[in-house]
Amino acid sequence: MARLYEYQGKELLKQFKIPVPQGGVARTADEARQIAEGIPGETMVKAQAWVTGRAGLGGIKKASNPAQAEEAARHMLGMKIQNFTVEQVLVEQRLEIAREFYAGIIIDDAAQQPVILFSSVGGTGIEEIAAAYPDRVARMHVDVGTGLLEFQARNLVRRTGIAGQLQVDLGNLLVSLYSLAQQYDARSAEINPLVQLSDGKLMAADCRVTVDDYGVFRHKDLGIEIAREYDRPPTQLEKIAYKVEANDYRGTFYFIQMAEGFQKGEGYVGFHGAGGGGSMMSMDAIMRQGYKLATFVDTSGNPPASKVYRAAKMVLATGPIDGYFGSGSGVASQEQFHSARGFVKAFLEAKIDVPVVIRLGGNAEDKAIEILEWLNGWVPAPVEGYKKDNPPDYCAGRLHALIQEARRIEPKSLPTRQRAGEPRLYQFSTVTGGTVTYDHSVCAGCESKICVKECVPKILSLNDEGLPVLNISADEAKKGRCSECLACEVDCFFKGAGGGTSVLPILGLDEFLAAVR
Amino acid sequence: MSILIDQSKRVLVQGITGREGMARTKLMREYGTNVVAGVTPGKGGGDVEGVPVYDTIQEAWEKVGTIDIAVLFIPAPIVKPAALEAIAAGIKLLVIVPDRVPIWDVLAISKAAKAANAHFVGPNTLGVLSPDKGVLGMMGGRAASAKAWFYPGPVGVTSRSGGMTSSTAYYLAKAGIGATTMVHVGGDAVVGLPHPEVIKLFQQDSDTKAIVMFGEIGGSQEERVADLVESGEVTKPIIAYIGGKAAKSGTRFSHAGAIIEGGRGTYEGKVDRLRSVGATVVDAFGDLPAATTEVLAKLGL
Repeated sequence: MARLYEYQGKELLKQFKIPVPQGGVARTADEARQIAEGIPGETMVKAQAWVTGRAGLGGIKKASNPAQAEEAARHMLGMKIQNFTVEQVLVEQRLEIAREFYAGIIIDDAAQQPVILFSSVGGTGIEEIAAAYPDRVARMHVDVGTGLLEFQARNLVRRTGIAGQLQVDLGNLLVSLYSLAQQYDARSAEINPLVQLSDGKLMAADCRVTVDDYGVFRHKDLGIEIAREYDRPPTQLEKIAYKVEANDYRGTFYFIQMAEGFQKGEGYVGFHGAGGGGSMMSMDAIMRQGYKLATFVDTSGNPPASKVYRAAKMVLATGPIDGYFGSGSGVASQEQFHSARGFVKAFLEAKIDVPVVIRLGGNAEDKAIEILEWLNGWVPAPVEGYKKDNPPDYCAGRLHALIQEARRIEPKSLPTRQRAGEPRLYQFSTVTGGTVTYDHSVCAGCESKICVKECVPKILSLNDEGLPVLNISADEAKKGRCSECLACEVDCFFKGAGGGTSVLPILGLDEFLAAVR
Repeated sequence: MSILIDQSKRVLVQGITGREGMARTKLMREYGTNVVAGVTPGKGGGDVEGVPVYDTIQEAWEKVGTIDIAVLFIPAPIVKPAALEAIAAGIKLLVIVPDRVPIWDVLAISKAAKAANAHFVGPNTLGVLSPDKGVLGMMGGRAASAKAWFYPGPVGVTSRSGGMTSSTAYYLAKAGIGATTMVHVGGDAVVGLPHPEVIKLFQQDSDTKAIVMFGEIGGSQEERVADLVESGEVTKPIIAYIGGKAAKSGTRFSHAGAIIEGGRGTYEGKVDRLRSVGATVVDAFGDLPAATTEVLAKLGL
């Protein structure tokens, strides 16, 4: 789930007319002081971080005046709380709290319904409260068709021993909280503590909202950069990888960086899975060989070759791995030569110098392995492809053996392409911002014209001069008719004259690699 | 017999004119599934692989008659209205293939399905396949591959991973063990027919003698299966593998449903719970065929 900070949750509460303390978010100590100056009385300075128990970690401090607020903020900003660095603090009016409650909406996966929880005791974790005060906690499954009705909310509150006007006020607040959760695709929306002030008014002292990853796209206003949960802030590479995925809905590309700053020879392997289940299983297999993962990647769901290429580039950018292990379920329903071409382009470009073992079992596995193993002799390390009859443990064992062997291959140099005259470039763009370029002066000497045969969407034909061109408009190609299958580059390189190439940009990767160097 | 799909079921494809819709209609028909109609709003009048295309499901039902199952190949953001249309038209089983359907949309579909006594598989499912009878969704990819890889036999396969559904059935087949039906329950946290529901169906299917389950960390599906065994509601033997042993808490390992939260849904928790009720849980995926053979032998098969 994508998690919102407390201040972001409170912005949503405001939208739904649930009162929050007066205050604002500060990114510098100076800003904190300024905000405190606008608030009468004492303030609370609260580190914004996705952790529980901030107070005990020094993340919540009382300030009697703006100077103290500035001091508290100065101390907190830049502080590391668990894996996160505090970049913002919330400066709020300190509340005169008479009473604390808990209110929350959480999706109950097993029941396939949202659950509303209310407790007339608040402040600590709801599980502890429920254990200690069972008659003060009430829960109810909500019918998503009707939503939470006001009388249902009042009865829920009544069950915890609250009556009268307070019951009405709490009931209304719960109905608003439910609306918030439903409208913002929340996995959970909790107010703990929900407080009653000495003047009787209700207010949300804290707020914790998580948003369904798959709902984030319909809430651009939340400004969620990455709709995935991490137990630490996303790394630069993860942000780059996420942009690739956000830019291309075909298949999935999941990327977790598992290590950084490692050296060659420390036993880190670039792990590139296919399918969640197959990936987890294959991860177990390579770890049984004693290796550590530099990455956990999953490209599956019938992704285009371009996505697998980009994913492979990201794995290689992580650091000096000792080997590259690709393995999924082994019996893929998708045609596996797409992934094969994606790998080939990435490994050829990188001149990969560590052993590669890819388990490409499933549909069209013979063709996929053939394409993958064209690499042998062209890169300084061995490349082996395996089919569905080779289990993950066997393949992981092969990578181990190859890494131990440390065979150095003298690769063939890149061929000089024969030209008939000056370069004649023919180009078209692709749906993810890529460019396919033919040098027709090279194509003129091509016998196989393999690109036309192998183009998966069949958008290439030979023109009157016998040169490969689109048989659709460039606009149609760019809109997606060109599926980025990479046959016009990969098959052309090995079986054609080499006139076809493609450039598939990965936003931010070059800058990242330059900075690393 | 089998569960969910066989040759007698009349199937409709939603999103039939899209790239996946067309390719998988071909797969389904060539494998023997009785695809009677397709719907893409605005594209009614044509046909795909000989299957007539209509503008609405109600129109399709009027023209071709009863429809038992709808398979959805539709972009995630518009799955909900399409699913609600299918349920409103009277279709009792939906197979929701797309990934990334918002969870609140799934809750709405679940409610509508319950009210209509309908069910759905997925979302984020590769599909369902009954060897030699029919396939729903994408499983197998090509009919020729599906025919080569899978054959009928006494085991029901249920899996939280798509690729591993095919993989499990394939490796069992290589060991001489065929399947009644293979079901990918879907990789999401909320799915229409999770493991416990699928296994209840296998329990009622006379041809299914044992059940092989590919589980994963996260959620409580596997624990609820153990509950069914403990209560006696499921008596057929279960052989399971749980993926994600090396995963650590707080990180999602690709599938939306594969995350350990608050100490629940752990690998150890699931393995222990299943073993405590007498299910066989293998430590390595490669051990599944041998363990299943042993279980079937004890049944005299």
